[in-house]
Amino acid sequence: MSNLPVRMIFGQEVIRLADEFDYIAVCGDTKCCSFEDFGSLYPERQVSIGIAEQNMLGVASGLASCGHKVVLSTYSTFITLRACEQLRTYICHPKQNVLVMGTHSGLQSGSEGVSHTAIEDIAILRAIPNMTIIQPSDGVSARILARKALEFNGPLYVRLPFDAVDDINCPDTYQVEIGKANWIKRDGRDVTLIATGILLMRALKAAQLLEQEGIHAQVMEIHTLKPLDREAVLQAASETGAIVTIEDHSVVGGLGGAVAEVLAVERPTPMRFIGIQDCFARSGDAEALYRANRMTAADIVAAAKDLVEAKKCR
Amino acid sequence: MQIKQTEQTYSYEEIARAVRYDVIDMIFRAEMGHPGSSLSCVEILVALYFGGILRVDPDNPDWPERDRFVLSKGHASPTLYSVLSRRGFFPRELLSTFRKTGSILTAYPDMSTPGIDMESGSLGNGLSTAVGIAMSSRIRKLDNYVYVVMGDGEQQEGLIWEGAMSAAHHHLDHIIAFVDRNRLQITGTVEQVMRISPLEEKWRSFGWNVQTIDGHSFDEIFAAVEAAKAHRGSPSVIIADTVKGKGVSFMENELSWHRREITPEEYRQAMEEIHAPEELI
Repeated sequence: MSNLPVRMIFGQEVIRLADEFDYIAVCGDTKCCSFEDFGSLYPERQVSIGIAEQNMLGVASGLASCGHKVVLSTYSTFITLRACEQLRTYICHPKQNVLVMGTHSGLQSGSEGVSHTAIEDIAILRAIPNMTIIQPSDGVSARILARKALEFNGPLYVRLPFDAVDDINCPDTYQVEIGKANWIKRDGRDVTLIATGILLMRALKAAQLLEQEGIHAQVMEIHTLKPLDREAVLQAASETGAIVTIEDHSVVGGLGGAVAEVLAVERPTPMRFIGIQDCFARSGDAEALYRANRMTAADIVAAAKDLVEAKKCR
Repeated sequence: MQIKQTEQTYSYEEIARAVRYDVIDMIFRAEMGHPGSSLSCVEILVALYFGGILRVDPDNPDWPERDRFVLSKGHASPTLYSVLSRRGFFPRELLSTFRKTGSILTAYPDMSTPGIDMESGSLGNGLSTAVGIAMSSRIRKLDNYVYVVMGDGEQQEGLIWEGAMSAAHHHLDHIIAFVDRNRLQITGTVEQVMRISPLEEKWRSFGWNVQTIDGHSFDEIFAAVEAAKAHRGSPSVIIADTVKGKGVSFMENELSWHRREITPEEYRQAMEEIHAPEELI
């Protein structure tokens, strides 16, 4: 278990790399991912905006228009809902070099409830041209993606969950290329589990449980939700012909939708969608919320078995 | 009054007539646009681009040390396109492609067009971007200015005041903003639709240096910009009293001309009234 929540690992890594990457921070008044410490460390490289997210994105656009790389962070809902237009028209349309860290995404936010929990951020941002969307799956990937995010040039949204999770990726071997899927478990020809974010861990757990029942599942990590690695998705579909998508996001418009959009045209493939069941987040225990939305490892197993059974009947 | 910084001998008033000619011509050809809102800010933009206020280089539109211009009321794009073309940022022939498929002269300003420093169109956004631009200049220790033109209806947007608060908080005295106070918005007078007065007091209470001028007087525009530049420690706003549709009698103060197509007969009559110098059209 990493001691720190993934969001803080990411935020601290961005600060740690501040001498290597010349960026300006636009700071809202939230404590969301440790990046708020940047202002006191590098006062000459930050602009304090206070509680005004639309202005924060507008100021970021102005700075970026002068050639700066700009980094900002706040709760994902405040960016993707309240300041969505500023992000769309003033940052994405002119392809401004702005790194947006959105935190408190998915039901892992637990007791924060509806106003503070992003369940639809991927769906919103996926519909905006020029946007790139990434999401780490643990502390290891958060550190690596932080560097990739600073190297990146253009509008980039990083989706960060609330809490700490066990590390599942190996720091020595884990590699990331934005836009490329990661095969976490390559063997298995019965079903493919395509997961994004911290639910990758549940996908791996589900694959183990399936193995015990003689069902061989592949596991793919999608850290880049846009642009989606279409080739990897098509490869998986051709190998197993059965795909379960797994995400801590609404089943409307997220990873599942992105994968389905590719497969529906290129290679129609039976699918099941694990995610938030088109309902708002509520205050409460994260695990109870996951159970209520059928997002446990057991639910993934059930969905996978369902697909495998259906294949037999074809 | 003669043009500064160029070898031409046309007065600002003559250039303003020529710009009004372009505005009417563009909107007539596009069969849609915002004549009233474009005509009310002609003198402000002519002063900025022809009066030696904006330090820009048409041959090097991305010159990093240039002054910036943000047209927050993006629906006045015809006026901006006219002055940019007349300053040589792109050929004047392009004006006839305004709003047409494939044209770089989109309905609202787009940063991919030479001379356009910031996206625009959706109201209320310009000032925030200007804060970012001014912060960049401060970080890079540049002495350039960023000029913003807002509408008066636009003052109803909450984001204007987020931008205003942050510009004053950061003492961004290199922001010089105009409010084109033509007192009309699309469905009525600004005071009827949503009262913004007392506007001067609002800006003053937000910590801005405030001046009110006749927005059609070049002398007053130049004097106000000079005073704004001399002011230190806080941003400046110049509230410019203007006439919506200025320069075409039947468009002046006439609500329907906020956004409308122009008929051939109206076009002919407007051009007659504008009476732009032959050599400038």
